[in-house]
Amino acid sequence: MNTRGLRSQLKDSVPVTGMGPQVGAYGVQDTLRSGFSSVKNELLPSHALELSEKNFQLNQDKMNFSTLRNIQGLHAPLKLQMEYRAARQIQRLPFLQSSHLALDTLKGNDESISFEDILNDPAQSEMMGEPHIMVEYKLGMM
Amino acid sequence: MATLSVCQPQLGGFSFENCKRNAVLEAEVTKLGCNIPAARKTGTTICGVVFKDGLVLGADTRATEGMIVADKNCSKIHYISPNIYCCGAGTAADTEMTTQIISSNLELHSLSTSRLPRVATANRMLKQMLFRYQGHIGAALVLGGVDCNGPHLYSIYPHGSTDKLPYVTMGSGSLAAMAVFEDRYKQDMEEEDAKRLVRDAIAAGIFNDLGSGSNIDLCVITKGRVDYLRPHDMANKKGVRTGNYKYKQGTTGVLTKSVIKLDLEVVEETVQTMDTS
Repeated sequence: MNTRGLRSQLKDSVPVTGMGPQVGAYGVQDTLRSGFSSVKNELLPSHALELSEKNFQLNQDKMNFSTLRNIQGLHAPLKLQMEYRAARQIQRLPFLQSSHLALDTLKGNDESISFEDILNDPAQSEMMGEPHIMVEYKLGMM
Repeated sequence: MATLSVCQPQLGGFSFENCKRNAVLEAEVTKLGCNIPAARKTGTTICGVVFKDGLVLGADTRATEGMIVADKNCSKIHYISPNIYCCGAGTAADTEMTTQIISSNLELHSLSTSRLPRVATANRMLKQMLFRYQGHIGAALVLGGVDCNGPHLYSIYPHGSTDKLPYVTMGSGSLAAMAVFEDRYKQDMEEEDAKRLVRDAIAAGIFNDLGSGSNIDLCVITKGRVDYLRPHDMANKKGVRTGNYKYKQGTTGVLTKSVIKLDLEVVEETVQTMDTS
């Protein structure tokens, strides 16, 4: 799957945006984790892999859908994306842990293990999201 | 107004939060002249050779941490599936975790296809994962196994390139081991000849490379049988002391002896089991 022509799909990959102000828990610059706030810090990623990892799943999906469209026609990715959208709606409110079982089964994540499952398990994260802000963001009120 | 990162739920996987802080710390520390502790590498000699009915994988057993030997008898031949084994060189944690992840993935894959996994599948999974991380995962692997199409041997480099060859060596002692292979490798050897060849190649790596040492582990894989010989050969046995400087019992004469009994009464007795698993 990773060996499909990357060149032809490059125009579909996710555009790179800046890192933005790194705000910590109290709304102030998180100096310990992301360093002093400067223009360079906001534009450059802290590690060579940070950008590619952040967008890895998105890029993979885009590449797969566009190859599928080229092989089987527009209906194939349309149907798949419709199913993904339906499965994505089966979850709890954003600050609670949802299992994403239907979405994982559709994507095939239930048959593979990678670093997303081992490291930094969101179910065991030390900080909880701010419930009001997260729900407002999800409903598009922010 | 909180930023986007607070509104979206956390994702799993690698977190690059502390990279900037680490870079600043490292710059500060090198200014003072000290060194940041290095990751434990395996600084290794690993090799594999295909013979008539299967293949033999070999590895030394030394793990180094900079200039110090961290582990005199570590196991570098990792299990991937009942018919596939993988030797790992490079950063010890990286090889260990990578092989474990691929082993789990292969197991799930073989359960879903209900077939014995193929070596090419393991190779493809490893190659795709290592390329995804652009060489930051320092794992150089020698992957070998016997499946329905016969014996296969692959060498996989940290950036994700692979080679399929009849004999491969990796690690810091790879040149010494390859010299032995280039001299004595023949096609369709017998099992005993192949074992002797691998043993000699690893021994060349052990005696000529500082990063490799201690014992030689072998793994012979044929159709339906795996022999994990650990240790196959203890090339570097620690010396036995020839002289004993302990005094014999009774060397010092006893002049007087007095025994004072302490009267203690048992107040409370508790048993606490240790978790020794």
